[in-house]
Amino acid sequence: MTWLVDPFTANQFMQRALLAGVLVALACAVIGTFVVLRGLAFIGDALAHGVLPGVAGALLLGYPGMLGAVVGALGMIFGVSWVTKHSRLSSDTAIGLLFVGMLALGVVMVSRTRTFTGDLVGILFGEILGISVSDLVVQAVATVAVAVVALVCARPFLLLSVDPELADVAGFRSRRYHHVMLALIAVTVVVSFQTVGTLLVFGMLLAPAGTAALLARRVGAMIAWAAGIGLGSVYVGLLLSYHWSIAGGAAIVLTAVVVFFVVLTAQAVRAALVSRRSPAVEVAP
Amino acid sequence: MSAPGAAPTRAGVITAQSVAVGYQGRPVVGGLSFTLDPGEALALVGTNGSGKSTLLKTLVGLLAPLGGSLDVLGRPPGGSPRRVAYLSQFHAAGFVLPLRVRDVVRMGRYANHGLLGRLGEDDERLIDESLERMGISALADRSLRDLSGGQQQRTYLAQVLARRADLLVLDEPTAGVDAAGQGVYGQALEAERARGAAVVVATHDIGEAAQASQVLLLAGRVVAQGAPTSVLTADNLLDTFGIGLRRLGDDYLLAAEAHGHQHPEPPGFEAHGHHDPAGHEGHGHAH
Repeated sequence: MTWLVDPFTANQFMQRALLAGVLVALACAVIGTFVVLRGLAFIGDALAHGVLPGVAGALLLGYPGMLGAVVGALGMIFGVSWVTKHSRLSSDTAIGLLFVGMLALGVVMVSRTRTFTGDLVGILFGEILGISVSDLVVQAVATVAVAVVALVCARPFLLLSVDPELADVAGFRSRRYHHVMLALIAVTVVVSFQTVGTLLVFGMLLAPAGTAALLARRVGAMIAWAAGIGLGSVYVGLLLSYHWSIAGGAAIVLTAVVVFFVVLTAQAVRAALVSRRSPAVEVAP
Repeated sequence: MSAPGAAPTRAGVITAQSVAVGYQGRPVVGGLSFTLDPGEALALVGTNGSGKSTLLKTLVGLLAPLGGSLDVLGRPPGGSPRRVAYLSQFHAAGFVLPLRVRDVVRMGRYANHGLLGRLGEDDERLIDESLERMGISALADRSLRDLSGGQQQRTYLAQVLARRADLLVLDEPTAGVDAAGQGVYGQALEAERARGAAVVVATHDIGEAAQASQVLLLAGRVVAQGAPTSVLTADNLLDTFGIGLRRLGDDYLLAAEAHGHQHPEPPGFEAHGHHDPAGHEGHGHAH
């Protein structure tokens, strides 16, 4: 059984990768739960990809990638808010166009660099095995901040999940807390993109929380389930990455998505078995 | 209750003078003037798009009035979140939400405790009482997503009761609720009024409207307002919906006649047009 532990005890880069993955899993469990409850998956996707042109711009200008990610995320929050408010189309169409536009802009900008393929793969899929200690510190601070703000705003976030008007009438401004939620998603995306990449951070936001929604009967339990599934996915994904020499970030997210479909299938099979056992109501002739 | 057209006083739970309501600067209905005192109920009756929900959203501060003067519990609408309970027409169906019935009702106490205030024993007692009054105590630990639409609606009504508000604003509260549920809802509403809460309710149920202190009949304009007996007349309902009303004992029944289209009549009923053969005059007709 040493193959379960040795990769982490024998390699410092694997220890850092595990710690970074744990922090991503925890932050994504907290805010991903509200993304799933509020049906904000598409906005989350848009935010995750909105950081791409910011990161690309920072690389071109010689600034840290995380700074560019912050600028990109802020731009995307503004863009999402603007199109949601002003578009007469359904918001998913407007946000979809914004997200594709930002993604294309990012690729265009990255294509101006000499190391086009390497940079793009690094931004989209992360470099979890190359995480530094300073990256970990930033990630830890951000994870604690996301958890604390989400805890403080739990009541308005819950009311928003049921009905934004309910939040407004209870004295919690729905627009204000909607923007707080977007900001928390953005922070999670910004600090996670180096670990699992912009493409895959979206998977970590959705897959563990989505699986948890199938299993939990209370929001607190949903966050706990999401954290457990996320942590398990990080551990299994890193093991797969180490032993089979596959991309770490992708292995983590793939594990989380597989868990979702296993649970979904198990529940569907169980429901089918239960309905088969229940006798059909017979109509008297 | 104030008479139609009477000058409203500042003492009411709601004081509306020539109020216009609508969306994005476009009025849906205007010329709304009424007062509502503690313990009274105002029923809004009208066609789809007549302005009922728009008026309710304006009363709770979700929309700004487009004109006139509107005072709710002595402040502008939305200024007293702890004292106003609102049941909207649409809320999450609970397909995704991992919430127990008790958790949803508990949300009714959030307005009183803000972001971090702890819910105490009094709150828990109110939550239990509200569940009991809506007849869903046995469902308290069930998941919202496992319940029928009617049971979910009862849950949201219990949440409104748990607010212990001075003003209850309800948008089609009995939609999807079965007869037993409507019974407990009626009793709960009576109790709320007896303790002094005022109620504004949008409804398509003429029988429910008849129980109110006053009725506002809307069709993009004020068709009539005042006491139920003077407003819910055949002429006014024909004017609003294009169908007539016949009163039978204590029940209000809609007869089958609409805009000249003759529908099969229920046995024992006569279709009738603008002239009310029962002799009910269209008192309070606003135009």
